[in-house]
Amino acid sequence: MSVLLIAEHNNKELRPFTLNAITAASQIDQDLHILVIGHNADGAAKAASSVPLVKKVIHIDNSIYENYLAENFTPVILKHAESYSHIVCSANTFGKNLMPRIAALLDCSQVSDIIKVISPDTFLRPIYAGNAFATVKSSDKKKCVTIRPTSFDAAPSDGGSAEIVKGDGADEFTLTKFVKKEEIKSDRPELGTARIVISGGRGMQSGDNFKLITAIADKLNAAIGASRAAVDAGYITNDHQVGQTGKVVVPDLYIAVGISGAIQHLAGMKESKVIVAINKDGEAPIFSVADYGLEADLFEALPQFLEELNKLNTIQK
Amino acid sequence: MKILVAVKRVIDYNVQVRVKEDGTGVVTDNVKMSTNPPDDNAVEEAVKIKEAGKATEVVAITIGEEKAQETVRKALAVGADRGIHVKAEGILEPLAVSKILQKVVDKEKPDLVFMGKQAIDDDCNQTGQMLAALLNWPQATFASKIEVKDKSLEVTREVDEGLETIVVNVPAIVTCDLRLNEPRYASLPNIMKAKKKPLEQLSATDLGIDTKPRIEQIKVEEPPKRKAGIKVASVSELVQKLKNEAKVI
Repeated sequence: MSVLLIAEHNNKELRPFTLNAITAASQIDQDLHILVIGHNADGAAKAASSVPLVKKVIHIDNSIYENYLAENFTPVILKHAESYSHIVCSANTFGKNLMPRIAALLDCSQVSDIIKVISPDTFLRPIYAGNAFATVKSSDKKKCVTIRPTSFDAAPSDGGSAEIVKGDGADEFTLTKFVKKEEIKSDRPELGTARIVISGGRGMQSGDNFKLITAIADKLNAAIGASRAAVDAGYITNDHQVGQTGKVVVPDLYIAVGISGAIQHLAGMKESKVIVAINKDGEAPIFSVADYGLEADLFEALPQFLEELNKLNTIQK
Repeated sequence: MKILVAVKRVIDYNVQVRVKEDGTGVVTDNVKMSTNPPDDNAVEEAVKIKEAGKATEVVAITIGEEKAQETVRKALAVGADRGIHVKAEGILEPLAVSKILQKVVDKEKPDLVFMGKQAIDDDCNQTGQMLAALLNWPQATFASKIEVKDKSLEVTREVDEGLETIVVNVPAIVTCDLRLNEPRYASLPNIMKAKKKPLEQLSATDLGIDTKPRIEQIKVEEPPKRKAGIKVASVSELVQKLKNEAKVI
């Protein structure tokens, strides 16, 4: 048995969730190899080889892999998949887009979004937006698995020195063309890995009012999240969405402001260690998952919250 | 241009799902069922493209037990021209569904296949990508904007880092995000008219597809419950609790 993990990277370095996926992959089998497909991606290949849990890095370099397209990555992965018992990657938009394309061509019924490795063929995964957990056992010879990154710790990223071998690419898929990616740059911690997340919902009433949340996020060094309602209303961009179809976050502290707590939002945050809800509707479902609930008008509570934080001598970073 | 739209019948998104006591699954008896929400967006987008004069026919397809037909009828009521129901019993994995869709695509020869990006029951997020693989077609997943060009689509995709734009040549698969559009409601006259639209019946067996699951569902259980929290009276009490009790700030 051995595991092939498909790295997500930006040609310079690994994207953080690759490290979480490495932890899960090493629990399936210790013989873990990483495939880095990119262009001028020596930095990413080197970063992968420094992860102590990684035994070997296969690096494929070609200008056609400068931007990630599942249609281009799939034939390369199939070319290298032969000797592995498991093909894995993280269950974010990168892996969700890619893995089923590989699985179908291997005639494998994919196991999506696992939150626990029970044995090399048996996994725990949430269904119905996390309202139920299913224990599932794959009978396919070669298994394709995606990993919910926030359910596994990030693997230590230095101290290793796995060998890097160059691998062959495959023919270009010419029917899909990458045009552009509009990345939203931010000095804040990434939503998926932040220690503290503060999110706003429809109760914020406008995009402008999110400045109340931004001020507190600055103070706490927190990432900013949002409910689907707030994104749909145009208050904030989609990359902030927390929920079943957005990002799943598991911070130490999650502060939900003006969020009622629809099932699909709870699916994205209810595993957080400590949850605070601020809402003027005392009956809002968000209070059923909150450790600390404050029934209050957010437009009064948020400025007070900032004032109270300013009074503290120290704030954990 | 012809568009095939796949729809799935799932437990309604407003229903609080309950796990069966024997651990074999979730309670579905006497539970409200409806079309998987992003599949409604897929239907809406196909109908809008037809209304804009850029498509000639919209065909809605569902796969599953007899009652799954309701989802096709709903699609017909909001503007799809005809329907297909492929009968299949039991748990259907995305791999089997994509193989059935492949057979139907071979027969119907659509230029585009639309569906929701994910079903809210099994949360697999696989079928569109698998179908694209089997057909060796381009895939535009998590679409939040579609522009129909001559023989191609420009699609804006919602990805973790923000928005990505790709161009896919037709024929192609598109999986739709909830933000793609606002699905319309069916009017009563249109619901009545939909009953007269053609709905073809096929079966997975006739199409030669084995739908036997490859993944054994060993047990389904409730997720661990959070212990009940408390209500605080003021912002200062909240900050004190976070600092001194929870020790998170």
